[in-house]
Amino acid sequence: MNRLVFYTALLMLLNVALLLPQAKNDRGSARAPLRVGLVFDVGGRGDKSFNDSAYRGVDRAVRQLGVQAEYIEPGDGSDRESGIRLLAAQGFDLILGVGFIFSDDLYSVASEYPNTRFACIDYAKFDAHGFVEPPPNMVALKFREEEGSFLVGALAALTSKTGVVGFVGGMDIPLIRKFEAGYAAGAMYVCPNCRVEAGYAGVTGDAFKNPAKGKELALAQYASGADVIFQAAGSTGLGVFEAARQSGENGIPLRLAIGVDADQWNEAPGHILTSMTKQVDVAVFETVKAVKEGRFRGGVRVFGLKEQGVDYVYDDNNRSLISDQARARVEALRLKIIAGEIKAPTERK
Amino acid sequence: MNQAGNRTLERIVPPLWALLIALGAASMLIASIGGNPHQVLGLLSLGTWRSGYGFGQVLFKATPLLFTGLSVAMALEAGLFNIGAEGQITVGALAAALAGATLPVGTPHWLAIFLCVVASFAGGALVGGIAGILKAWRGSHEVITTIMLNFIVRAAMVGLGGTIFLRESVHTRPVIEAARFARFSQWLSPSLFKGSAVNDSLFLALLVCLLVWVFLNRTTAGFALRVVGASPGAAEAAGISPGRVTAWALALSGGLAGLGGCNFVLGYKYYYEDGFSGGVGFMGIAVAVLAFGSPLALIFAALLFGTLSQGGLAINAVVPKELVDVLEAVIIFAVAGTKWPVRRMLSRSSSKISSGEKT
Repeated sequence: MNRLVFYTALLMLLNVALLLPQAKNDRGSARAPLRVGLVFDVGGRGDKSFNDSAYRGVDRAVRQLGVQAEYIEPGDGSDRESGIRLLAAQGFDLILGVGFIFSDDLYSVASEYPNTRFACIDYAKFDAHGFVEPPPNMVALKFREEEGSFLVGALAALTSKTGVVGFVGGMDIPLIRKFEAGYAAGAMYVCPNCRVEAGYAGVTGDAFKNPAKGKELALAQYASGADVIFQAAGSTGLGVFEAARQSGENGIPLRLAIGVDADQWNEAPGHILTSMTKQVDVAVFETVKAVKEGRFRGGVRVFGLKEQGVDYVYDDNNRSLISDQARARVEALRLKIIAGEIKAPTERK
Repeated sequence: MNQAGNRTLERIVPPLWALLIALGAASMLIASIGGNPHQVLGLLSLGTWRSGYGFGQVLFKATPLLFTGLSVAMALEAGLFNIGAEGQITVGALAAALAGATLPVGTPHWLAIFLCVVASFAGGALVGGIAGILKAWRGSHEVITTIMLNFIVRAAMVGLGGTIFLRESVHTRPVIEAARFARFSQWLSPSLFKGSAVNDSLFLALLVCLLVWVFLNRTTAGFALRVVGASPGAAEAAGISPGRVTAWALALSGGLAGLGGCNFVLGYKYYYEDGFSGGVGFMGIAVAVLAFGSPLALIFAALLFGTLSQGGLAINAVVPKELVDVLEAVIIFAVAGTKWPVRRMLSRSSSKISSGEKT
């Protein structure tokens, strides 16, 4: 009994000692800087793609614009709204949500905090009457994925030796079908006789994190003649790279894959023809900058080839995989899209 | 020290020690990554119990934990380990959402709520019942079947998603107004609970806690369940069929977990959303283990884990969210690890007293 009391007291004492208020380390900033909060999608930091790109955008703003930033990684479905609310209640100036899944949550919190500014990447909120415009204190950052996809589609068809190119999508939703539509249109534009194979991993969020399914789809497309596959499937796409990596030796002809969102060369060096990059960091940085300079405006902002919101990778790594003619042809297409002479479709015909 | 007092101490001391150990471990961890424990834990308490919104969110997060904890705890009374609460709450939530969305708009409030709650119970009971029947008829171990049913449910949701989800979303149609639980901010204190999702399904949880306690301790069926849990052989000798009891006990346990889906579907978002549960079914196991089969302790355990979940979010900006996962693990380990030493210390001191009385 006595020992029970003794140990309990000991534990309490230990905690008191650990919790004694320590000397405050003064950050030493006299002027209150702009405060930016970023809430990641479930899955969060370290996805080497979408979320990391958003992080880089804010991080750049911290270094170049001197803003102060905080990051939140939600755990479950209710944590998204909760995270946004915690930041809003603390009086942050700008709160960003990474991904279409934030559409509902940001919409409702933004309506309650009219003096706080919000940004939603890939915002997509629909009701019975169609698209719901964001409130005036919120900006919807959308990308013309179809334009970048058009270019990599053309590049794929120009590189393909078999005349068959593939597409592996994650979740079967209009957002991802935009990638497929642009890709197919680009391929058919430069090679009307080519064939485009397309497959999706599923219809829920899990379809973005199922590498086994990605590999299965990719192997099937490679088997049916495709020699270049574009993936827009989150970590499911890692399975596509895995399938590509198992080629080019043992009598199997070289098979290529195209990455998405960020430069994914390192996932399968030598097998990544290029990556269709979505410059979430550019959009995020521009938004922070707009707030900082007092010219933030709500509404929908679209980032396409013209705004450098989407692009494809061409650097020392993949230069040997892309012929000069193909490169020249694709660059000519880029100018035509920017000039409005070609319109990349958002839905596949 | 009398016997009853000893038993109370045996219940109270291990969780208390566990909490203190976890708190100490947290401070050391925070300090080791260069943080200030005082500041971080201050932030944690501010984000939970010391603000209206935080407190509301703690209650909101504790609500489904009460259901899943109760589900696991009740199965344990019958000697069964239900690891399928995650799948059961998923099906329960989906059933409530679909029922609530198909009801005609003019349905009276009480009837709509009642039907949706029943639907969520039935959904969870269906999944639990499958494991129960497999155990009763074929002797398949419930740990295996309930775990595997989680995966089956997960896969079924992936398959169903395309047909039941709205455009460009991962959620179903919203339920009708009448089938929604009122939020505390709507009737209790709009200023205190502003924005928080805590809703009347908390009362449903407390009511169900009470009902389960009454069922287990004051009814014949509940007695049969406990006898089977204590000794299936004895139960059979007493004319109770362990197989039948097992089957309905797992169905009931699944139903309790399924009810947990009401909190999110009928009280928060008003629709079923893919991945809404965030592991609340597995956390229910921890809640039940921490509660040692006492309904009052179950409430405390649910509140504790609700606090950790919400608090983790509140301190996420200064420390990695994994810290909270570590704390949850430390608490569970510490409870399991201190139970035995505490009991030994108690028995030693009481034997000392009794031997002292003799001489």
